[in-house]
Amino acid sequence: MNDEGTAHIEVRDLALAYGDRVVQEGLNFSIARGEVFIIMGGSGCGKSSLMKAMTGLLRPSAGDVWYEGQPYWAGDEQQRQEIRQRCGVLFQSGALWSSLTLAENVALPMRHRTRLSEAQIEELCAWRLALVGLRGFEDYYPNELSGGMRKRAGLARAMALDPEILYFDEPSAGLDPVSARLLDDLILELSASLGTTIVVVTHDLASIFAIAGRALYLDAGSRTQLALGEPAALREHCEHAAVRAFLSREATVPADAGETG
Amino acid sequence: MTQHGENETPADEARVEARIDGGKLTLTISGDWLLASQPPGREALLAMIREAGDVHEVGFSCDRLGRWDAALLVPLQALQEAVQQAGVQLDDDGLPEGARRLLRLAATVRERSDVRRVREHDNIIVRIGNATLEALAAGRELARFMGELSFSAGRLVTGRAVFERRDLLLFLEQTGANALPIVSLIAFLTGVIFAFVGVMQLQRFGAGIYVADLVAIGMVREMAAIMTGIILAGRSGAAFAAQLGTMKINEEIDALRTLGISPMDYLVLPRAIALVLMMPLLTIYAALLGLVGGAVVSITMLDISLVQYLAQARSAVGLNSVFAGLLKALVYGVMIAISGCQQGLACGGSAMAVGQATTSAVVMSVLLIVISASALTVIYTVFGI
Repeated sequence: MNDEGTAHIEVRDLALAYGDRVVQEGLNFSIARGEVFIIMGGSGCGKSSLMKAMTGLLRPSAGDVWYEGQPYWAGDEQQRQEIRQRCGVLFQSGALWSSLTLAENVALPMRHRTRLSEAQIEELCAWRLALVGLRGFEDYYPNELSGGMRKRAGLARAMALDPEILYFDEPSAGLDPVSARLLDDLILELSASLGTTIVVVTHDLASIFAIAGRALYLDAGSRTQLALGEPAALREHCEHAAVRAFLSREATVPADAGETG
Repeated sequence: MTQHGENETPADEARVEARIDGGKLTLTISGDWLLASQPPGREALLAMIREAGDVHEVGFSCDRLGRWDAALLVPLQALQEAVQQAGVQLDDDGLPEGARRLLRLAATVRERSDVRRVREHDNIIVRIGNATLEALAAGRELARFMGELSFSAGRLVTGRAVFERRDLLLFLEQTGANALPIVSLIAFLTGVIFAFVGVMQLQRFGAGIYVADLVAIGMVREMAAIMTGIILAGRSGAAFAAQLGTMKINEEIDALRTLGISPMDYLVLPRAIALVLMMPLLTIYAALLGLVGGAVVSITMLDISLVQYLAQARSAVGLNSVFAGLLKALVYGVMIAISGCQQGLACGGSAMAVGQATTSAVVMSVLLIVISASALTVIYTVFGI
């Protein structure tokens, strides 16, 4: 329906700053439709800030994020709203609304952003909870569930409006290896069967190698992107020692990634 | 779900037709199955299965299926379950690849039989009974809390209670100094109102000068403490409940317990001390400002001087009245600390629960203040204080 040539998401000359403190600058990359794209890097490198800029929570200090040729931050509020509606976000700890049941959590976006009937919404909630393996948990409150279940419920909510793009913030954080693996599988399955573009922010190596098509490495020292490519190839052949060290879990601090302030 | 972009073209009508061929039911699905266009629902598909009667296999033909989203999958999932329950074979080869995978994904985790909840509607008697039991439990909880706080106070006296001096200073500032503006305003206006009402009534008997007695006794013995108590219940009691409730949700209180630090000593004690110290001080301040308010009204409306007013007020209240007021202030301070901290620590696990804890803290503080005010007044009368 859309020509495959234009990128689904394109980040151009993006810079992120909190006040005078620059977190990242000179970010340039594009993500194709249906791709599973990873933003990785050490703690505090600004990968979550980048995701916030892409999902409309943090205004970048320079540059813009383009969705199918449409700039997000340069647009007016209505255009932004329209773009936001095409994106689903899974927050790090689920960020479910604690005073609503799971079904109500999933139903809320549909109630306010679509014209579906209550009966349809109820069916869709049950379907989406079944997709994430939470069949029958409609009437549970978030604090009655385990962390992994909360995360999956958050995913069901993120998918409530059939987004074209799903953002994941540290999907494996706080999960045991098996649950993390199951969530990774779920991400891949959704991407394959729905054709959803998936952007994952993580530093979890197992996830990176399991799901990434391409990965972007953000460096805390030089405050910009160092490498972009397939994780396995980057680990072997990347010109930057910092990237190779990160991907092979080495503790040495390479010369070109020292803390330059 | 599968198709993207702006769907400018109008949707083709979604249809499903059944064909039975040698014991095999084939459902031909065509058109656009989009949520927005209200395609046939689960009932329509289930009816087709029922009408088909005795078949041994169900298959699909989707050659003319256009765009689709969850509107196709929801009825198919219901169909899949119905077919499996009937022991009929399901051949999903005819479905689009994506739909097939999603249906299999949704079917992988079977629903555990003990999971689903039945919503119960209790009758009025059961509800009254439950409410009574809950009220009793809350009373027991409050008593237990007071007991624990007493032990904690004992540890404070023997110097074994652990808390941060910095916290105490912060709470002293928050409950005391930061409350000065609102206490000033309310106390001043209370004095003004007292004096105004007094002037209107007493002037008729030519006893205008006794307004000073009225304001002095009223403020010092009762109103200064009550007004300050209600202000602090709303300011500090509510704040304590919200702080402790949020800490409970974040497991910060559990973290203290695992370290062997008593939340009672570490969190409740500094807050309680701050309130117990600040309530009497603020009450003295409120009483003085009430007298000022009374003086302003008396001097402007009556033919008396400031000196006369002060002398009259001075003769009206003895030291016992001052102590009576201060004791009340102290008791109210304890009540506010107990309500705020107990409700905060008993908070449930959701954002809503923090709001409820805060509300209950204020309601309970005010209730306890009024109850202890009455009790103390009776005691004072009996002992002639």
